[in-house]
Amino acid sequence: MNSLRKIVVFGGTSAIAEAVMRRLVEEGASVFFVGRSAEKVHSVMNDLNVRSTSEQKIKGVVADLSDTTLHQNLIEESREYLGGLDAVLIAYGTLPNQKECERDPQKALAELHINGNSIVHLLLHLACYFEEKKTGVIAVISSVAGDRGRQSNYVYGSAKGMLSLFLQGLRNRLYHCNVDVVTIKPGFVDTPMTSDFKNKGILWAQPETVAHGIIKSMKKGKNSVYLPRFWFWIMLIIKNIPEFIFKKLSL
Amino acid sequence: MTNYFSWNNLPRINPSSVFSPRFCSDMERFEKRSQPYLVQGNARSYGDVCLNKNGTLIQSEYLDRFISFDQQYGVLRAESGITLKSILSLTVPQGFFLPVSPGTQLATLGGAIANDVHGKNHHIQGSFGHHVLKIGLLRSTGEILECSSEQNQELFYATIGGLGLTGVILWADIQLRTIKSPWMHVYSQRFDSLEEYWDLNHYYEERCEYVVSWVDCLGLGNKQGRGIIFAGDHIASSEQRILRYHESRLNIPVQLPFSLVNKISLKVFNQIYYRKKTFPAGTSVHYIPYFYPLDSIQNWNRIYGKKGFYQYQCVLPMDRAFLGIQQLLKIIAKHQEGSFLAVLKSFGAQNSLGMLSFPREGVTLALDFPNRGARTLELFVQLDRIVRDSGGALYPAKDARMSAELFQESYPKWESFSEYIDPLFSSEFWERVTK
Repeated sequence: MNSLRKIVVFGGTSAIAEAVMRRLVEEGASVFFVGRSAEKVHSVMNDLNVRSTSEQKIKGVVADLSDTTLHQNLIEESREYLGGLDAVLIAYGTLPNQKECERDPQKALAELHINGNSIVHLLLHLACYFEEKKTGVIAVISSVAGDRGRQSNYVYGSAKGMLSLFLQGLRNRLYHCNVDVVTIKPGFVDTPMTSDFKNKGILWAQPETVAHGIIKSMKKGKNSVYLPRFWFWIMLIIKNIPEFIFKKLSL
Repeated sequence: MTNYFSWNNLPRINPSSVFSPRFCSDMERFEKRSQPYLVQGNARSYGDVCLNKNGTLIQSEYLDRFISFDQQYGVLRAESGITLKSILSLTVPQGFFLPVSPGTQLATLGGAIANDVHGKNHHIQGSFGHHVLKIGLLRSTGEILECSSEQNQELFYATIGGLGLTGVILWADIQLRTIKSPWMHVYSQRFDSLEEYWDLNHYYEERCEYVVSWVDCLGLGNKQGRGIIFAGDHIASSEQRILRYHESRLNIPVQLPFSLVNKISLKVFNQIYYRKKTFPAGTSVHYIPYFYPLDSIQNWNRIYGKKGFYQYQCVLPMDRAFLGIQQLLKIIAKHQEGSFLAVLKSFGAQNSLGMLSFPREGVTLALDFPNRGARTLELFVQLDRIVRDSGGALYPAKDARMSAELFQESYPKWESFSEYIDPLFSSEFWERVTK
């Protein structure tokens, strides 16, 4: 079982990350998290502070993680604040509007940067730390959208797809020094990021449910998990539709 | 399709638009959505106070954060969408409890304020509004006003019990009370008549903080007015208990096409329940089953079937209460309708702070009725007559059908209250009882 007593969360004000942090704080963890909006970081930090005891340390800092020059310092700050790291959760990202990206390739690149490149950069820094430490767990929220390209969101999907592939390699590298790398692939989650979807049906999960799955997978050191689990079966079908059929579908 | 009905599934009204902010800061821009606006918390009221057909429903579900907790003085500040359950799970282990608690812990803080809810200890603690120190109120102008008994006073008293019409309650400060243990010492005792209830209620109110009674709403003749009184106190010692409380996970998984509550099931239940073991000498119960027995069955509202149900809760002033309750029970028993849980309790003399607050000195009776259409509504007309003649009132949070006349008569401050309504806010209830 991996310890999650000292965890740093990138993208701590997202609905899923906040649910994860609440749960871990209730279990007694100390948390360092990064968010983009000062107001939101402040609200989440206050809430976690009230939920924690005086022995736990809670700190939220404001930073735009698409600025990769900040990464190294943030990692160091969190290490110092928590006195070493047990675990990392990377949960930041955007859900770009595909149509806008198609009209404006610059926007597409910016989205690929935030959802893909910047996370790769952050992970490479973290990997060095954990490689030396020789224990720990790194979890990253990827997406089922990264399993197969679809016309409705292939910019987002390709960033997530790259991420999933990168994480496979990283998992392989860090296996030899006893560090787990967990790829989290949530299906549809009812969060503000998805507020434009109407009529959320049975495929939609609550952030708390997904958070519970993330924590379990991190503790157990899973490789790649679909959350909720039934997405494994859905994606198994989607991945196996022959391309000559798939290209005709409007998914 | 997601529904935004209240707990009794009646009326079946969805808003034309829904907005679910995740942070208070998301809320500050009043986007150009359809008006009027209204906040809905966890939709645990019964009726249409939290419904808004033609406008935008602001869901406060995600505004569920703590802001600060002063453990020395027991003052908690939290966002309005937090449930009483989340508050209690934080504060009980630290020795603090809500000074007033309604019959469900799944209500939100904002809902508890907007409906100025009451508990079984009204004779000691008054209603929820008595323990609210400050409210952060967002008006549609974008302005956030801090309201308390010293600041923006009028708006403070309009917002307590103000049915969410004065703007968005973003956060509130509440004064908690200390407890020594999560366990309760409770007494229960049968009574055979309303006369006996009156004496027992008086007896226990002088001795216990919490008093409430179940009454057999089907009892006719010499069975009329029989029931069981439940009284209790927080256990005053902190001795470690070996007993552990396990939360029940019962669930009614689906909406039934018909109501399980009918003449026969009700009769059987009431006969059995009346004979339930009582504890005149007292016993220990954990606070969750004591305060929130129905919460242990998730989605219990589904037993009333697709057509939903009505709640009928009235209060009658003390001097007319005995006769009035007697008449009400007689009519209900004659119709052989009503609920498993018919609840009788008295409100103490403490005046409510809110301009539209329901609690007032007297005796209150609350029942659920399966929705049988016109038949049920006719019964209510008869009950209304008694409430009106006694100078009583109905509870807006549990109403889906009272007439505008009855509302305006029993809430005489409604006109002065309307000056404090946010111009962009309204609700189905308000449209119904004032237009």
